Amino acid sequence: MTDAATKANAVHDTPLADRHVALQARMIEFSGWRMPVHYTSILDEHRAVRERVGLFDLSHMGELLVEGPEAGQALAGAVVTNPPALAVGRAHYSMICAADGGIIDDLIIYRLAEDRFMVVANAGNAQVVSDALAERLAGARAVLDDQSLATGLAAIQGPCSVDVLAPLTDVDLPALRYYAITDGTVAGIPAQVARTGYTGEDGFEVFVDTRRIGDLWDALLEAVRGADGLPVGLGARDTLRLEAGMPLYGNELDRATNPFDAGLGRVVKLDKPGDFIGRATLERVAAEGPRKRLVGLTVEGRGIARHGYPVHAGERLTGIVTSGTQSPTLGVPIGMAYVAPGDGEVDAALEVEIRDARVPARVVALPFYKRST
Amino acid sequence: MTAPTDLRYTRDHEWVRVDGDEATVGITQYAADQLGDIVFVELPDAGRDLEEAKSFGVVESVKAVSDLFAPVSGEVTAVNAALAADPELVNSDPYGAGWMLKVRIANPEQLDDLLDGDAYDELVAAG
Repeated sequence: MTDAATKANAVHDTPLADRHVALQARMIEFSGWRMPVHYTSILDEHRAVRERVGLFDLSHMGELLVEGPEAGQALAGAVVTNPPALAVGRAHYSMICAADGGIIDDLIIYRLAEDRFMVVANAGNAQVVSDALAERLAGARAVLDDQSLATGLAAIQGPCSVDVLAPLTDVDLPALRYYAITDGTVAGIPAQVARTGYTGEDGFEVFVDTRRIGDLWDALLEAVRGADGLPVGLGARDTLRLEAGMPLYGNELDRATNPFDAGLGRVVKLDKPGDFIGRATLERVAAEGPRKRLVGLTVEGRGIARHGYPVHAGERLTGIVTSGTQSPTLGVPIGMAYVAPGDGEVDAALEVEIRDARVPARVVALPFYKRST
Repeated sequence: MTAPTDLRYTRDHEWVRVDGDEATVGITQYAADQLGDIVFVELPDAGRDLEEAKSFGVVESVKAVSDLFAPVSGEVTAVNAALAADPELVNSDPYGAGWMLKVRIANPEQLDDLLDGDAYDELVAAG
């Protein structure tokens, strides 16, 4: 038995690192940050979020503020969505692409005020996105302010999220719509509260000054424990998002993949006014069709499909698994894979190469799990 | 956490219980804890020959895939069929119901290369 996943580069500690260690979390390096992979058990944490509530430290994520009279317009030239179309207090899922259409990162963009936007980037890409935005905003009356290290972020996710968070906040949570954000206080701490998440459940993300994230975490953890919930590490974050069919940068999304390949063509607003980086390529892809197709798979034989395993259609190599795990909710092995466009119809019979065996798998519609409300 | 003193251990965290010319093999509590929730165990069929230090199977947790290495050479005489339906037995009872397979020991001298409980505890403590 070997444990291959140990790296010893210089890594950031989240401001909650001491708390994670005190909670006996197993810590790993992830995207340059030392993060909890699980506290007790990935399965227990996963179930807590599906059935009750879980608390996540997301302080590793990147928060980039873009402010100024031309902030929206400049962002529209930098990303594939149309941020000026957002109402104040609303958010949308977006991507920033290279000129060749390759995805640099996937993002959530919040409109905090008429002339102020917050772009949330993945931890591993925060610097690349910050640099790309700085370059793309140059010349516009808009200022980029990288607040990543000054911002703490905790997420509370699960069907009990409203009940758990409501006693701690002055925000009218039931009135806060999905993909909306508002100012308020949480546990007496000035915060921005967003109804967003990455689990397939209802929930909230709470942004605070990083100097207050410890107090916020302590208050939220007590409330979560009171509802029989758990702190949740990156392990369950991954199984939760995979069941919900949500892509992960580095697995489903990368520089060699464009939004149409990833089945996210609807995110790209080709009808927005003005040029944006990647437009010419993405217009061509939209017209010609993508080169590959992202599908959901369930493994029907023995074994678990994992990132990087080859996928075959008959005798032909058709693609590769991007993510895979044993689904805690469904109790079967699930995965996402890129396959040739013609091999990705729902119900198609494929085979995943698991070590030296070809194991039957079937294409299924995404998501694997959808909450029942 | 202390490793049982009646077992022998590999540096790769497998344990061996010797009974005459037969060895029962599993993975240690430490290994199971490090892996987290185990959801799949892939083992060879009875009758296959294992070779010392070579991979004989795979154990998968929700998050990770790890190879299993043979503590000794020999023919597989039994496989724990219960693990197919209940792989979490490896977490809950690694030295008991979570055993993996039995091997007819081909070369008893190989047992001398294994660690005793104290030495294994030291190995784990050293990280």
